[in-house]
Amino acid sequence: MMKVVEGSYAIADAVRCCSPDVVSVYPITPQTHIVEHLSEFVADGKLDCEYINVDSEFSSISSLIGASVAGARTYTSTTSQGLALMFEVLYNVSGMRLPIVMTTVNRALSAPLSIWNDQQDALGVRDSGWIQIYAENVQEAIDLTPQLYKISEDPKILTPSMSCMDGFILTHVYEPVEFLDEEKVREFLPPFRPEYVLDPKNPKTFGAFTDPSWFTEFKYLQHQAMQRSLKKIEAVSKEFEEIFGRGYGGLIDTYAMEDAEVVLVTMGSIIGTIKEAIDELRSEGVKVGLVKIRSYRPFPAEALKNALKDANVIVVIEKDLSMGYESALLTDLKGAFYNSSIKAPIIGFAVGLGGRDVAITHIRKMVEKASKVKDVGIESEFEIFDVNPECL
Amino acid sequence: MKEIRFHGRGGQGAVTAAELIAIAAFEDKKYSQAFPAFGVERRGAPVMAFARIADEPIRVRSQIYEPDYVIVQDVTLLDVVDVASGLRPEGKIIINTDRNEKDLLLKTKAKVVTIDATKIALEKLGRPIVNTTMLGAFCGATGEISLESINKAILGRFSGALGEKNLNAIKTAYEGVCR
Repeated sequence: MMKVVEGSYAIADAVRCCSPDVVSVYPITPQTHIVEHLSEFVADGKLDCEYINVDSEFSSISSLIGASVAGARTYTSTTSQGLALMFEVLYNVSGMRLPIVMTTVNRALSAPLSIWNDQQDALGVRDSGWIQIYAENVQEAIDLTPQLYKISEDPKILTPSMSCMDGFILTHVYEPVEFLDEEKVREFLPPFRPEYVLDPKNPKTFGAFTDPSWFTEFKYLQHQAMQRSLKKIEAVSKEFEEIFGRGYGGLIDTYAMEDAEVVLVTMGSIIGTIKEAIDELRSEGVKVGLVKIRSYRPFPAEALKNALKDANVIVVIEKDLSMGYESALLTDLKGAFYNSSIKAPIIGFAVGLGGRDVAITHIRKMVEKASKVKDVGIESEFEIFDVNPECL
Repeated sequence: MKEIRFHGRGGQGAVTAAELIAIAAFEDKKYSQAFPAFGVERRGAPVMAFARIADEPIRVRSQIYEPDYVIVQDVTLLDVVDVASGLRPEGKIIINTDRNEKDLLLKTKAKVVTIDATKIALEKLGRPIVNTTMLGAFCGATGEISLESINKAILGRFSGALGEKNLNAIKTAYEGVCR
């Protein structure tokens, strides 16, 4: 049954359906409502788990290491400064191969202080060995939650994962969503039974000191598991669709790609607005399409090559900035295509930084600029979009 | 698709009003979306909230720049915010005021609907919280959502005597604008 609820409530309910044994979360805007609803569920007896109140995000993720290594299914959520505070622990989680699942509510990083959305926080932990999947809408973020547990807990993967959802835009929106059916989640997601756990009767060491003769091999195995997760993400996505009837296309998804000349590539909640803009432009005869990136890490290079092989101009639109170069997804995409047969020009725009609204008119302007590339070549490979000269 | 923009002051419940419209519209078998203007909430500061109602699933997530309807919960906002900005000429702006429409000097071609929601709220609720009363006025003035569904949404949010009082305020405002 569909119901109109706030995004944060819907996510908390999805977490509840996944029956985590241990939840440890620290509130921070705009993730706070997820924390509040989870603690309500626990207080009301709707979620039977160990709920740990902590003093910081560093503690929340650290406490989950202990819980996960003891064999518990674990959950946390944070955003922005909280994710930054977790930074060193994130590497410990992935290095110890712990399948912790986190909802990363995407928000800008200070300074200047901004509580609003962009994706700089998650992009900043890109290389930490966590799977990152981005949701377009609340429903996708709900449905991702059990999928991530299934992917992360696979003995051949054992890699932590984060569901990335745009702060405020998705956490605070009221829209109709379909709740997860608990019975079906149980059918889809078996209990977590890890082979290696901390057990006094059978002592083991996790996350120990390693000298140079072993470290490379640890990273090699982690990297291999991440590469294997490409197929796992697709398989789990298909299995979810079979059981729940809702599918999102696996690693990537496409929209209006038939005969598309200008193709936009992006991720997150901006996709809905882009689809509306594409419908407008298509009705005016502009051949524009969209490739939606769901999995950012692992990076779906092959799927992207396949989806973009016939594009005339590729436009990357993203909410992050690698200062001193360009935006991260743009660099990744160009890198993926460099040794391939795809020779279409690629340009990029950084948009929506610190919560700057992105409207259909903005998308139209970017498409207009991209359309010119076909005739006059690349004038600007990368641009921070919508800069107001009066503010400079 | 119909787009609605709410103007209020922090603490007046503009965000709640937008949420209730989304819930009520869904009751009416329509798709809906509501979200705040994501400000740093401070009591008394100008705030905005948005709602969309459509027959198809709603994908666009930008703020609303050309609303079909504007709801103004506090007439003093007219001095500080361009509340009619982008309002479609065939649309409506519903303002909580005891002043005459002509004295408001609004720059819009859209129809202006005035209602003394503060008076109604004081009478029916005993408090000058006008967000639900303004929903009654919205129902009556636009017909975009049914009174039945807005009542259902209200009772889902406010239980018992408080819920009943709110329904009373809504009914009075609804009848007040259904001229």
